[in-house]
Amino acid sequence: MTAPSTTAGLPRTATPATRPVIELRDVTKTYSSGSAAEVQALKGLSLSVGTGEYVAVVGASGSGKSTLMHIIGCLDTATSGTYLLAGENVGSLDEADLAEIRNERIGFVFQQFFLLASLTAWRNVELPLIYAGVPRRERQARTLAALERVGLADRVNHKPAQLSGGQQQRAAIARALVTEPDLILADEPTGNLDSSATEDILTLFDELIGQGSTVVVITHEAEVAARAHRTVRIKDGLIVPRHGDGGVTHMVGLTR
Amino acid sequence: MNWVEILRTAGASLVAHRLRSALTVLGILIGIAAVVLSVGLGLGSQQQVGAQISALGSNLLIVTPGSSTSTAGIRGGFGSASTLTVSDATALANRVAAPDIAAVAPEKDSSQTLAAGSTNWTTSVIGTTDSWLGVRSRTLADGDFFTATDVENASAVTVLGSATATELFGTTNAVGQTVTINSQPFTVVGVLASAGSNSTSNLDDEAVMPITALANDIAGGSTRNSVSTIYLKAASQQTLSAAYQEADALLLNLHRLSGSANADFTISSQNALLATVTSVSKTLTVLLAGIAALSLLVGGIGVMNIMLVSVTERTREIGLRKAIGAPPTAIRRQFLAEAIALGLTGGLLGALLGILGARLLPTLLSTTTPVIVSAPVVIGAVAVSMIIGLIFGVYPATRAARMAPIDALRTE
Repeated sequence: MTAPSTTAGLPRTATPATRPVIELRDVTKTYSSGSAAEVQALKGLSLSVGTGEYVAVVGASGSGKSTLMHIIGCLDTATSGTYLLAGENVGSLDEADLAEIRNERIGFVFQQFFLLASLTAWRNVELPLIYAGVPRRERQARTLAALERVGLADRVNHKPAQLSGGQQQRAAIARALVTEPDLILADEPTGNLDSSATEDILTLFDELIGQGSTVVVITHEAEVAARAHRTVRIKDGLIVPRHGDGGVTHMVGLTR
Repeated sequence: MNWVEILRTAGASLVAHRLRSALTVLGILIGIAAVVLSVGLGLGSQQQVGAQISALGSNLLIVTPGSSTSTAGIRGGFGSASTLTVSDATALANRVAAPDIAAVAPEKDSSQTLAAGSTNWTTSVIGTTDSWLGVRSRTLADGDFFTATDVENASAVTVLGSATATELFGTTNAVGQTVTINSQPFTVVGVLASAGSNSTSNLDDEAVMPITALANDIAGGSTRNSVSTIYLKAASQQTLSAAYQEADALLLNLHRLSGSANADFTISSQNALLATVTSVSKTLTVLLAGIAALSLLVGGIGVMNIMLVSVTERTREIGLRKAIGAPPTAIRRQFLAEAIALGLTGGLLGALLGILGARLLPTLLSTTTPVIVSAPVVIGAVAVSMIIGLIFGVYPATRAARMAPIDALRTE
């Protein structure tokens, strides 16, 4: 388990980081689906996200946004190019190693929450720690801490069906936080929520950034993207350049 | 992920799909219960028949008369002729001519009505010699058996079977009482201990008397010297075949026959009978167990079927588990554990049902055949149920483990 002490000591306001969490260089992804012609979803994309940054990835459907999210999340590997996650090259790892990387370094938040219906909020949040092999006593303490951070300490024994949409997403965020990952990767986290729950979740993200987390949120909602410190726009498998700076920017705050 | 967590997870997801799990378990349960019961039934009948045969007496050779041919040319079966006589029995008892035959008991049967006061009872009357008790491995519950002197003098004495004594005298002590058979009074000198029943007759319902008394007072006429069966007892199991040879040679000689092909008698041994019955009953057991094993196979396919459905249905769960860091081995183990748990639950419940069924089945079928549930069979059946879960779980579990996380998460 990694609990990077480097993130803890960062100043509250996100500044260009010295050590990037995500470093993508000339990444391409080609899908060859049977008889159909090959589809190139990513066409040599480069992106760097520093520790403590809050980045929104936006783009129309079919832009390559989802493919980028899968590669950043180590759910899929790039066809070519290199990807360093917290300094580690993950391009050549097998499925078992990728699973370990996902467990230790990435916390996922999905649009559909993806909580297991048969398990309580507590068990859902505990799950990543079980796969990490964390001893029971430590697991309990960390699960409780994660649930407290998202304000669900009084709902630990509720099953997902007994929670509101906003509460379910908060449980999912607790599950993402519980391993203290280098990166929180949220895919349309507010897509299934009403405006008040959306505001709750975005406030929670603000708090997490304030506590030193790195958050990448994939969204098509302008309201969500506006809360990030930096917006990366994807179109046709490439990042759309802004202010003529060539597409890769560290100018946090200027893109808002 | 340790085994405790794997079992906990597997248990939780089986409980989450209660009905489906229960139905799958039912398939295995029926198979295991069928195996336990059919093997138990086979062992039970084997034991019962074995016990019946050895109840006839150990180291025993049974000589029965050959077939008869009437003047019209109609041939009767073995035993229909009355070719065996009291003098045959006397010759066989000669220790010089047949040194390996330890004891001889001829039997002459007749169905007669016994009367005691106002009560009467029809039963099989057996005329024999004083050596009958030892040859037939019987014991007395009360009184004494008749003696060689009684046989010589044709004394009017009888020894009753336990059931016969109860029918005639109820709870009163039968010894010393008088029964009337064919208008002749007989004194009851003893009562036999209970020996149960064999496949053809009730060993407790009979009246035994000196063969001479039966010949003089009851049978009479031309058949007075014929006997229906001669029981020979060999000194031991080892001398049984020597005794067989001696009896065969002696009887052929006495009946002036040239060879075994023309023999007007049959000598059978307990061992041959026991071996035949045992092999028949073994074949039957294997057949029954084979059918039961087939049902177990069907149960196993049921496990595989449900596991495949489960893997497909839980694609998103698998995707999520993978996304949050479950390695392929953990996913494989989880699904294997579920399949084994299904098999094992079915096995344990099936064994339980088998043990319960073994107690109820004889009553339900109103037979005396016991159903023997032996520990090795139960343990073996439970182990097999686990192995079935494992074997039929491998493919679904591997499919789940190989699922790509993004494909799994994309499924709606």
